[in-house]
Amino acid sequence: MPSSAREMHLTALRAEVRAIESGSWEKKGAFLPFGVADIDSRLKGGGFATGALHEATGVQARLNDEAAACLFITGIAARLAQNGGTVLWALSRRELFAPALAQAGLPPDRLIQAECGRNEDVLAVMEEGLRHGGLAAVVGEIGKAGMAATRRLQLAAEESGVTALMLKRWRGREEDPLTLPSAAVTRWRVGCAPSRPLPVAGIGRACWNLELARQRGGESHSWIVESTDAQGRLALFASSADRTLAPERRLAG
Amino acid sequence: MQVASACPLAQAQGVHPGMALARARLIADLDIRPADPEADRHALTRLALMAARRWTPRAGLSGPDGLWLDLAGSAHLFGGEQAFCDRVVRFCARIGLTARIAVAGTYGAAHALARHGAAPVILCPNGRETERIAPLPLDALRLDSAMLGTAHRFGIERVGDLFAMPRAPLQRRLGRGALIRLDQALGRVEEPFDPVLPEERPFIRLNLVEPISTPEAIRTVIGDLVTGLARQLLERGCGARKLMLTCSRVDGEDQRVSIALARASRDPAHLLRLVTMKVEEIEPGWGIEAMAMTAVRIEPLAPEAVAGALSGTDPVADLAVLIDRLATRLGSSCLSKSCAVQSDVPERSVRSVTPLEEVADWPSDWPRPVWLLSPPEPVDQVLASLPDRPPARFRWRGRTHIITHADGPERIYGEWWKRPSEKHRARDYFQVEDKDGARFWLFRRGDGVDPASGDLSWYIHGVFG
Repeated sequence: MPSSAREMHLTALRAEVRAIESGSWEKKGAFLPFGVADIDSRLKGGGFATGALHEATGVQARLNDEAAACLFITGIAARLAQNGGTVLWALSRRELFAPALAQAGLPPDRLIQAECGRNEDVLAVMEEGLRHGGLAAVVGEIGKAGMAATRRLQLAAEESGVTALMLKRWRGREEDPLTLPSAAVTRWRVGCAPSRPLPVAGIGRACWNLELARQRGGESHSWIVESTDAQGRLALFASSADRTLAPERRLAG
Repeated sequence: MQVASACPLAQAQGVHPGMALARARLIADLDIRPADPEADRHALTRLALMAARRWTPRAGLSGPDGLWLDLAGSAHLFGGEQAFCDRVVRFCARIGLTARIAVAGTYGAAHALARHGAAPVILCPNGRETERIAPLPLDALRLDSAMLGTAHRFGIERVGDLFAMPRAPLQRRLGRGALIRLDQALGRVEEPFDPVLPEERPFIRLNLVEPISTPEAIRTVIGDLVTGLARQLLERGCGARKLMLTCSRVDGEDQRVSIALARASRDPAHLLRLVTMKVEEIEPGWGIEAMAMTAVRIEPLAPEAVAGALSGTDPVADLAVLIDRLATRLGSSCLSKSCAVQSDVPERSVRSVTPLEEVADWPSDWPRPVWLLSPPEPVDQVLASLPDRPPARFRWRGRTHIITHADGPERIYGEWWKRPSEKHRARDYFQVEDKDGARFWLFRRGDGVDPASGDLSWYIHGVFG
């Protein structure tokens, strides 16, 4: 029938367009799962796409939220560098405290820091690092990056298969860094959330509001998670984990 | 244990080389360092090489404490012997050495006058060596201790005493060596010496037919220079650690650009890329008529097996290549790794090292903030009870934070073994979380009991993620 032939033709064309739209990172199919089923199931491909550009920023222009975003990126970089790779970190200001990164799973011998004065230097260093191809991940702290610049980085990451992580910093109190268009595959907002009280005096594992603000070819979502552990892994916030497990527990009890 | 050598101040107190160390300690309060003849010799060889490059082509070591410089035909380049000696003395003073120089027609006479003459700089006119060395003590002649002992028994004290003596009995009593030394000092016997040979640095120069000024032309010439230099490096089995490109302009001015490499390399493509990154720094002016490239620092570089299917290893891109590129773009001081320092004081626990160095990790599992504020910022309106309770509230940068959870204190003492002023100091660190979940690293100066340990003021030292 002509209509079904036309339908098949259109379906094939749609699939082709989708493949072109989503770029080559999807075809390579390299993903780093978070190891948290609830997050992985929401991500296209079942994990964090490697060989692509990702962005993270703080929920607000608060130092703590930006520190949380920094730690979120550190955790991913640490897991990418787990098998002996090296991470290049392009800094725009000197406040990164390496002992804290070591506690998030990124030991100092796997981290090379490049101090860059200007945004252009950060972009150039990131691109150079991506094109080199021998690194586990490239991280850049940046205030502002336009569509063209991020597109270049995304292409460089696709070509070499090295993951690019961009820590976007708030420049003013009002200007959300994620409002600018960007070629990043996923864009995240991280913010501090109150942690669960311990039964004794003290302080437990920190908690974050993790928001997947945008992902290419997928839905956005948000979670409350527990911050990175010594291997750079996240965990779902215990109370929401309790909620999903609650029926089973009730049965057992 | 003996004193090998002593500075003029110590010698004025009565310390002299050869003295027992225990006795020297009794005389004065001394700064004693172990003698390292090997390092001395190494430093002297470096000085000789420098002399051979800059002052005279023939320079060599003279014993453990001196240099021979053959001035024949080169002193006039520096404005005569006196001017040359002044220059050498000034140079040595700049690098922290006291120089004594004698210029004479024979090595023996120069050796004797430099070590035993009265003035620091002695110029001995040609043919007058005999009268100049006559009043010197006999050990100026480079005799061994047995010969000196015999001579002392005969009452021979001065070099001049030997001149009058008949040669045959002298040879029988002191040995033939003594006569040879005497004849060498007087110029009757030739004396060879072993000059050091400075290694030529790999160097290539291209003179251009016409002056060039466009970046494209400069890049082409740089390509030719790098190819030639890489061939030279390959022949010598070396790699370059530092390259210098010199562009001679038509107005007689030289433009210099240098690049440094994290690891020795002779890969033309890599070197070319690094040098061309610096092309913008060259100002061609009216045009460049000659370009030269020198490998200023080289290191031995053996051939390496190419990784791949044949050798069975995975090809891994060399990190040094990337570091060189970034260092050329940003400056080598901007690339670093962090290394642990054995210090509990947070701001002193990190030091930057070069990217290819091995580094140590931090041993402590105490929580550390992602961002450390330097210097720590004071916080006010702190509500905390003494001696060791965490704060319940504080105000920082115009915002009041109500604390819901806290952990601490982690007490960090001042490093009294390094800094006497920190003898009684202590800081109590607390990790606190406010009701929004933001975490801070606060500390109080002082342990809350002893007023000498601090003034109980509160600071914020870092921000957790």
